[in-house]
Amino acid sequence: MFLEELEKDMNNQNYEQAIRKSLKRRYAKEFRLKLYGVLAISFALSFLAIFLYTIFINGYTAIQQSQTLISVQLPSEKILNEDGELDIKKSRNFNWSGLVKKSFRSSFPEVNEQLENRNLSSLVSENAGYQLRLKVENGYFEIGSKVQAWIKTSDDVDMLMKGHMDRSSPEKNRRLSDQQIEWIDKLKEEGKLDLFFNSTFFTKADSREPESAGILGAAVGSAFALFITLMLALPLAVMSAIYLEYFAKPGKITDFIEVNINNLAAVPSIVFGLLGLAVFLGFFGMPRSVPLVGGMVLALMTLPTIIIATRASIRAVPTSIRDAALGLGASKMQTATDHILPLAAPGILTGTIIGMAQALGETAPLLMIGMVAFIVDVPDTITSPATALPVQIFMWSDSAERAFSERASLAIMVLLVFLISMNIAAVFLRKKYETKW
Amino acid sequence: MEENSEIKIDAQNVNVFYADKQAIDNVSLKVEKSKITALIGPSGCGKSTFLRCINRMNDVIPSCRVEGKILVDEIDVNNPELDPVFLRARVGMVFQKPNPFPKSIFDNIAYGPRIHGLTNSKSELDDIVKESLVRAGLWAEVSDRLFDQGTGLSGGQQQRLCIARAIAVNPEVILMDEPCSALDPIATAKIEELMMNLSQNYTIVIVTHSMQQAARISQKTAFFHLGQLIEMDTTDKIFTNPNNPKTQDYITGRFG
Repeated sequence: MFLEELEKDMNNQNYEQAIRKSLKRRYAKEFRLKLYGVLAISFALSFLAIFLYTIFINGYTAIQQSQTLISVQLPSEKILNEDGELDIKKSRNFNWSGLVKKSFRSSFPEVNEQLENRNLSSLVSENAGYQLRLKVENGYFEIGSKVQAWIKTSDDVDMLMKGHMDRSSPEKNRRLSDQQIEWIDKLKEEGKLDLFFNSTFFTKADSREPESAGILGAAVGSAFALFITLMLALPLAVMSAIYLEYFAKPGKITDFIEVNINNLAAVPSIVFGLLGLAVFLGFFGMPRSVPLVGGMVLALMTLPTIIIATRASIRAVPTSIRDAALGLGASKMQTATDHILPLAAPGILTGTIIGMAQALGETAPLLMIGMVAFIVDVPDTITSPATALPVQIFMWSDSAERAFSERASLAIMVLLVFLISMNIAAVFLRKKYETKW
Repeated sequence: MEENSEIKIDAQNVNVFYADKQAIDNVSLKVEKSKITALIGPSGCGKSTFLRCINRMNDVIPSCRVEGKILVDEIDVNNPELDPVFLRARVGMVFQKPNPFPKSIFDNIAYGPRIHGLTNSKSELDDIVKESLVRAGLWAEVSDRLFDQGTGLSGGQQQRLCIARAIAVNPEVILMDEPCSALDPIATAKIEELMMNLSQNYTIVIVTHSMQQAARISQKTAFFHLGQLIEMDTTDKIFTNPNNPKTQDYITGRFG
């Protein structure tokens, strides 16, 4: 008896030991796996942080623009008509730019030589005259009076002010000469040069001069294009998904369609651009560079994404709901529209928003249909020439001027804000309307 | 007595296939009007499949194929000219898992009458909803919260809501697919009582796993095994003195 029990005890002990040993091994394995996961996440996060930091550092200064104070004697009879009122035509013909430059130079009476004069004049923006003209035409200044006006400097001065130009580098490698820097420092000392909020960036379209360039044109172009995309892609995708889920008879043709929809989602976006170029512009002869065509191309691109999301959310509706409706004698269409679609709506919405966000960030297909044009007006219809946010970023990053790449970074931030808010909206809507069974 | 009763459903040589697999093998049975007929048998024996043939719910399963005749009031349900939507309005169904729509209690019940255009006015609809809830024994519990979510009720209440929803369309036959399998004994008792009340006006066919339930509520019982109808008789006979030894084995718990 005793021996038997002892043997049993020992056996038990062996088992216990074995389990303990394997437990240790298993925990070690689990720990390693967890460690790899943490490492991967921190890697990804650090890349994200570097990305955001770089963009921020490069771009945040574009929120400001340097302006210089000039005292200017405004013209009177030259821009007035017989009745003593402002004549827009005359005002347009007036040499505002010359006036601004002359007034600016008057701060430096010691500068007389022609070349120096030109160097000095180049410190104010080419568009400063236009800026002053608008202020006068809008009644900001009294005609004929002598006023103090802040006008934009050239982008080179702007860069120097923001510390993006290296003063210690040799003069030849700089866009500003020692002399010019001296003038700038003098202006600064006198309080005639300062940084102001860059409202132009948010209210104007593209320009040759960085100080006059804004993203509103591109943003409106993007908004128009996205509107077209939404109007086309959402109904088409939802209808296709309903058909495929509820009405299509399973078979080779349905399988073929399904495989191709999944394939389409993986087609590089530039191919959609080529398709749009060939079909919309080439075959249908639609205008180039317009948000209407851009939206149509983006709709083609987002269609598979939304179809797949819609089908997934339709399938996620429990079959018991479908059975209940059919069992009551609802037709297929009634079942779909009365029960399945409302329940699938949050999922469809999320998929659509994500598809839209994708479309918002898409550049390549828009290049193909000419939305890469240089357009200085904010588009007012879906058929006026326009560009889009990501294309604008692409064009600016391509520019030689440092001031443009600064603006490109700020535009990236604006685009990111839009994208992130769209994604947050998607998450929020999904959480809010999620049905609990 | 049997000879006198009216036949509501008459299934003749029904075969059902899922792709190549035969789920029901040559089943013929008759269901009498205003009676409760229970279908019993082990899991996978085809009783639910057979039930779903009666209102053509198997149509939604693409690989499913039904052969043979099922006459409801002497009209073949598989007749291509018969609209399944019309059929399902006459033959209602209650499912295993309570499946109210995620809408208000009122809308759950009003949905059927609405889609079939059974009412002309709001007050008529209100009456139908009330009557259906009263008949389903749910009125007292929910009359003060008709516009609360149907999914917020307890399991047993949800199932009675589903029954109320089914009878709101005023069908002639109600098919019940294990309606109590997800419920506790108290809720089950309530549903059973409800079924017995309903059987005065409706023909009820119920699939159940509980032999006690079949014995308690049904007048006729059919025993299915491996897709075949082994035996069908009055419930008393099946549970006391079945003809077939397989039935005997099943009801005494020797298999299944």
